[in-house]
Amino acid sequence: MNKIIGNLADAVSEIGDGATVMIGGFGGSGAPIELIHALIDKRPKDLTVINNNAGNGRIGIAAMIDAGMVRKMICSFPKSSDPRAFTEKYLAGEIELELVPQGTLAERIRAGGAGIPAFYTPTAYGTELAEGKAIAEFDGRHYVQERWLKADFAIVKAHVADNYGNLTYNKAGRNFNPLMCMAAAKTIVQVSKVVEAGGIDPEHVVTPGIFVDRVVEVPNPQQEEEMIRAGVVYI
Amino acid sequence: MSVDTRDDIKLSNAQIAWRAAQDIADGAYVNLGIGFPEMVARYQPPGRQAIFHTENGILNFGEAPAAGEEDWDLINAGKKAVTLKPGAAFFHHADSFAMVRGGHLDVAILGALQVAENGDLANWRVGSKGVPAVGGAMDLVHGAKQVFVITEHVTKNGDPKLVERCTFPLTGVACITRVYTSHAVIDIKDKHFVLREKLPGMSMDELQAMTGAPLHTDGPVADLVVPEL
Repeated sequence: MNKIIGNLADAVSEIGDGATVMIGGFGGSGAPIELIHALIDKRPKDLTVINNNAGNGRIGIAAMIDAGMVRKMICSFPKSSDPRAFTEKYLAGEIELELVPQGTLAERIRAGGAGIPAFYTPTAYGTELAEGKAIAEFDGRHYVQERWLKADFAIVKAHVADNYGNLTYNKAGRNFNPLMCMAAAKTIVQVSKVVEAGGIDPEHVVTPGIFVDRVVEVPNPQQEEEMIRAGVVYI
Repeated sequence: MSVDTRDDIKLSNAQIAWRAAQDIADGAYVNLGIGFPEMVARYQPPGRQAIFHTENGILNFGEAPAAGEEDWDLINAGKKAVTLKPGAAFFHHADSFAMVRGGHLDVAILGALQVAENGDLANWRVGSKGVPAVGGAMDLVHGAKQVFVITEHVTKNGDPKLVERCTFPLTGVACITRVYTSHAVIDIKDKHFVLREKLPGMSMDELQAMTGAPLHTDGPVADLVVPEL
């Protein structure tokens, strides 16, 4: 068993036009910047992208949007310190938005990975984000039916992987990444370090390798926040 | 006739945050909304230590690190760099919101555009223009044992923020339990505003005039007394 891929371009080689792609991270924390940029180099079009946000500055998901690769964003908070890329396309009617409350987004992704097609949540009951959705009462409270989210691909960032694809994360860089690993047909992971099988204590594995298909090592990955401050432009 | 909104005696944001902080018990699990509510963490009474939760997967985070010491994988929901306290824990987003909706948090504190007497909250957008962004606000109003709002009592134009029914898009229905304003502390009980404390320098009539729904009492109203900060 060896899920290690030699380079970033090969890691994202199967992602084509029209794909639904989950991208891990919360803002820049845990964001797989190098994998995103490898995907920009390949330039698939008409993508549906699932992320908590919708890009910042002129790198990462914002650069994907600038490059015209994204047809639709599914996210909770399409704003950032520099939200220009998404805002311009959205106000021009050139990109679709499905706005999902953050906890509902996380649970829909988890449900997708867990084989649960729908669930009920109190979140958004009585608000415009529940319009058109089934409502049910349980023990005297109202709940909104939400459906699972699945994807063709997930591109995520972890910290350490072994050749079986077992993963650990760095601090709050965990966020959506373990959920997205579960919910995609094919999960592609960048890690700072690859170790031999046995190099991760099984007690410390956060994402078991069954949820992971490809791993690429990116030592010393860049941090989105530092790139934003340095004014980096990817495309 | 314009209403005197008593800007001359109103509490500062820091003082509103201080007052809310006095009601957080030692050892409470607390989520503070992005922005103004984050100030509450500064004013915990001596001897009490709450455990702060952030939606992106940390329990027991602390202050910002010194400039240049940031780890950008270690941020809060406002995307600001934070530090860890001893006893901190990391978890993924689904577990984080299980803590929220599952009733495991003791207190959530949020900002508001409007709060209605039935406990409805509007705090995520003012209309249908621009880019909508909700983040975790609609989740946070459900599940915490107490959901507090901290806010100015009126808008910059002097309009009431405490109203009979919210006119802005709702964040949640019947979810707010207590409101700390620049002029008063008000509980929401049986679909009514129940006044608990008001600034001693103003009359009941003055407070009512700047409030968009009836203020009720079910006992003595205490003076709202906050130190200079």
